[in-house]
Amino acid sequence: MTSVVAARRETRPSGHGRPALLFLAPFLVLYLLFIVGPAIYGLVMSFFDTSMVSTGLGEFAGLSNYAEALSSSDFWAALWHTLWFTILTTPPLIVLALVFALLAERASKARWFFRLAFFLPYILPSAVVALIWIWMYTPALGLLSRTMTALGFSEPNWLGDPDLAMVSLALTTVWWTLGFNFVLYLAGLQEIPRDLYEASAIDGAGPWQQIRRITLPLLSRTTSLVVVLQVIASMKVFDQMYIMTQGGPNFATRSLLQYVFDVGFTDFRTGYAAAASTLFFLVVLAVSTAWLVMTRRQEPEL
Amino acid sequence: MATLAYDVPKRELTIAEAQRYAASADRRTRIFNRCCMGVLIAFALLWLVPLAWAVDTALKPNGETTNPTWAIDNPTLASFRTLLAEGDIVNWYAASFITSAVVAVGTVFTASLAAYALSRLRFRFRWLAFWFILIGIMIPSQVLIVPRFRELGSVNLLNTYWAVILPQIPIAIAVFVFKQFFDGIPKDLDEAARIDGAGFFRTYRQIVLPLARPAVSAVAIFSFVWTWNDLLWPLLALSNPKIMTIPVGLATVQGTYGIRYADTMASAILGALPLVLVFLLFQRRIVEGIAGTGLKG
Repeated sequence: MTSVVAARRETRPSGHGRPALLFLAPFLVLYLLFIVGPAIYGLVMSFFDTSMVSTGLGEFAGLSNYAEALSSSDFWAALWHTLWFTILTTPPLIVLALVFALLAERASKARWFFRLAFFLPYILPSAVVALIWIWMYTPALGLLSRTMTALGFSEPNWLGDPDLAMVSLALTTVWWTLGFNFVLYLAGLQEIPRDLYEASAIDGAGPWQQIRRITLPLLSRTTSLVVVLQVIASMKVFDQMYIMTQGGPNFATRSLLQYVFDVGFTDFRTGYAAAASTLFFLVVLAVSTAWLVMTRRQEPEL
Repeated sequence: MATLAYDVPKRELTIAEAQRYAASADRRTRIFNRCCMGVLIAFALLWLVPLAWAVDTALKPNGETTNPTWAIDNPTLASFRTLLAEGDIVNWYAASFITSAVVAVGTVFTASLAAYALSRLRFRFRWLAFWFILIGIMIPSQVLIVPRFRELGSVNLLNTYWAVILPQIPIAIAVFVFKQFFDGIPKDLDEAARIDGAGFFRTYRQIVLPLARPAVSAVAIFSFVWTWNDLLWPLLALSNPKIMTIPVGLATVQGTYGIRYADTMASAILGALPLVLVFLLFQRRIVEGIAGTGLKG
């Protein structure tokens, strides 16, 4: 029966054109209006001196918005803050998630409890997380400030010290989003065949050897996925800074997205903000392309 | 060759010896596992501390929050009562529920229809439609805030629920989650239905979609949670406190409560509560959804 249908398809390659259009239309209309449309509009705008306070595109500016962004120290500072945040969050978010997943794998009981403890924060809105951590970091009264004093350290100015603020934000972020990577690793561990462990145990391999020689190599695909998702997510950081430090103190934690936000919606320079957005997009694109190229090279059969 | 943890004689083992080695490996593994458990429990408890601390603070009267203890002298729900009486948070709940629910339904509906066409129908521009939608995965929505703001402003939709709802419905990745799932459903099933005279829409609605329940719930839960948690776009689109979503409301509240720490924590808990319920109800679905698709907000 299948072959009859297939044969009919071959003779009429465009046979389902009308129903296909009807099925695709609801998605494509919204997709054009709110994804593709704005993407093109933004790209066009980035070549004009568009302003929030006037209608129309404004004067043609050529590449001057891009030239200005690339020579602006504020832009580079924001890009560096974003990279710094990525560097601070990515290693702990991957290593801790992996370690916790390896430990949880060995737990025969109470897995739901670990999933709850590590994953619950991930599902909370950024604003809730930020409010809780602002309170934890509150000078003199917050739990973390008190703990440091109780342990005999001088109390750090968590969010007020320009050198420390980003570390504090990274700490919050590790607490908040670790659960996602934890779950991905748990799923990766489930895929490893049990009998590999049994066989190696009979051959006399201890737990450390099993982890080093079996688990980690077989998890490399998961790790590669976790790394790229994590880097891209960290590059897109906005919420924590916006609520917890407003990019301060003294712009020390202003991320690239907040830079776009500030120039676009505080300075009303829409065209310039669009150019900065495009540069941001290119950075993210470069990261994902690099990942694709690297994983392709590792696994030529893909 | 790896050095083994203990010496195995370099000859054929007798069965008794093999069993002894296996048993000792077993014992080591058991001790190791117990240590693992201990470390993990310590970290899990550590992870729960901020949440416990937030609840602890919220149950104190505002004046007592400066006490450096976990003990609550006069436990009270006053902060929760104040917030609910002030009323804004009720509006935020309404805004978050309406926008998230409509987005979830809209995304499931539009993405599954599109995926059905890509998975089951033959038409000339199929590959074009496929790649056209695939591009969408590469575009982070954060890049689009500036042009979207002007677009929706020019049609006077800013400060309405529509401004939050409409842009969040077309999620390209949802189409591929559905397509992948549909591709795994044997085509014989719906082709049999087609031969019995069912139209494409009936095949979609009565055969393919019901079989794709896991994909439906994953996409529905994720688009609901994403919309509920989104800050950047709603922050721009909604400036009227009466229709703000919970994250936007909370982000603006933080300044107004000042040193009323108990009230601030109560607002955080109220803001978190619906999602905690969603999580407890759908824990397995959410975890399986992430594991199966790698969806990340």
